[in-house]
Amino acid sequence: MIEFRSVSKTFADGTTAVRDFSLVLPSRTTTVFVGSSGCGKTTLLRMVNRLVEPSSGQVLIDDVDVATRNPVELRRSIGYVMQHAGLLPHRRVVDNVAVPLRLAGVGRSEATSRALAALETVGLDPALARRYPRQLSGGQQQRVGVARGLVADPNILLMDEPFGAVDPIVRDDLQQELLRLQRELDKTIVFVTHDIDEAFLLGDQVVILRRGGEVAQVGTPAEILADPADDFVRTFVGLDKARRTLHVEERAGARIVVDGDGRPAGVLGPA
Amino acid sequence: MSDNVFVGAGQWLTDSAHWSGTDGVPARLLEHLGYTVLTVVIAAAIALPLGLWIGHTGRLRGLAVALTGSLRALPTLGLLTLVVLWVGIGLTGPILALVVLSVPPLLAGAYAGLESVDRHTIDAARGLGFTEWQVLTRVEIPLALPLIVGGFRSAVLQVVSTATVAAYIGLGGLGTYLIEGVQIRDYPMTLAGSLVVVVLALVLDAGFALAQRSAARS
Ligand SMILES: Nc1ncnc2c1ncn2[C@@H]1O[C@H](COP(=O)(O)OP(=O)(O)O)[C@@H](O)[C@H]1O
Ligand SMILES: [Mg+2]
Repeated sequence: MIEFRSVSKTFADGTTAVRDFSLVLPSRTTTVFVGSSGCGKTTLLRMVNRLVEPSSGQVLIDDVDVATRNPVELRRSIGYVMQHAGLLPHRRVVDNVAVPLRLAGVGRSEATSRALAALETVGLDPALARRYPRQLSGGQQQRVGVARGLVADPNILLMDEPFGAVDPIVRDDLQQELLRLQRELDKTIVFVTHDIDEAFLLGDQVVILRRGGEVAQVGTPAEILADPADDFVRTFVGLDKARRTLHVEERAGARIVVDGDGRPAGVLGPA
Repeated sequence: MSDNVFVGAGQWLTDSAHWSGTDGVPARLLEHLGYTVLTVVIAAAIALPLGLWIGHTGRLRGLAVALTGSLRALPTLGLLTLVVLWVGIGLTGPILALVVLSVPPLLAGAYAGLESVDRHTIDAARGLGFTEWQVLTRVEIPLALPLIVGGFRSAVLQVVSTATVAAYIGLGGLGTYLIEGVQIRDYPMTLAGSLVVVVLALVLDAGFALAQRSAARS
């Protein structure tokens, strides 16, 4: 369980990125922080592994304040997928992925074979393993970053817009892969995105944020859709848009789901 | 006259008598290289830890900039004379002067090299759980290596050429041919000596250029 207790962060330049944020993230579930750029998502995420120290308040993992933990050990115990991949430019792709294992004391050859397996998990061609990061596209680099986050099988996984640069088809694959991993491995995942569809797809708990890390609404996707807290949330999740306002029409004896513009979106299956 | 000097220098260089013994080119060359290595090793022992610390922490950066700037502005010969007057004739004085001259490029190479490393990369390394020492030795130094080697390149060239001047206070090395040549008006010897220094500098520079390129590639 991860818990934010009245956490605030004001940076040295005076920017207040997060103001009095409190939330409990249950173990073995996925919590998604969603909000537009600059609302404090990354700052919140980086407080969990102490890359950002809160100006006030505490972050606790299993009831232990992370401020009391050794930051190096803390970070090694947590998988972190960075917003812009964050690969080491002087190391080959496979060696980048192997870093968390090597830091954990795993031998070179075992680390390499596990790194290759992780690259396969994220659907990267093994031929890319010997390349350097700069020889990969932005989307491929992000997948390497995801492989590196998963490779050491950490209990907690922090993912900062991990699929932002990958193309839509690959993104669908990776999202499905993450859902599968979550079903099988039961990790505590904190996932950051600005894409509400991705948030609803992946999140057991979705946190919609406004500027300054202010919580607009917390709930399951269904709870948020059923009962949006205010107009900001209604607009943010797209309830004012035709594609979210569906109804059923009888056509040629079948029950068709139709969106707000009257476009067929699918059929109503058996419950 | 000038033709004769060139011809003379050619004859001097091809005379086998000048390629053996304690005053021969190989011996003087080794002496020269010995002083260069000694100087640069001492300077590096001072400048590298300091430069890496400044580059890693970002502290005292202003001091480093001022220090490298002002040390670089020192006139070589003046400094040499001053140090020799201060510590007396012998090895210490000239070596000290040469160390002072080679500290700035080494210091600048180290801290500028570390500053050139992308902040995101360092942040990523911390996020993965590298210790500060691992960040320095496994991320910052490898990525800064081309500029660090560049610092050595400047320092070594600086010392190789300046050590020539140092012969006038009895340091030996290749400068001996220049100083003695002028004193006894043996200009072919002076020219031959300078040619050897020039070739040495060019060879070393080419070697460092290669090292820098391979550091940048990895
Ligand atoms: N190191 C920093 N120093 C100063 N301001 C920062 C720093 N990091 C983030 N900020 C500011 O804090 C706010 C929130 O940033 P961030 O958490 O990165 O937002 P998000 O990830 O939601 O886009 C932004 O206004 C950003 O400019
Ligand atoms: Mg962000």
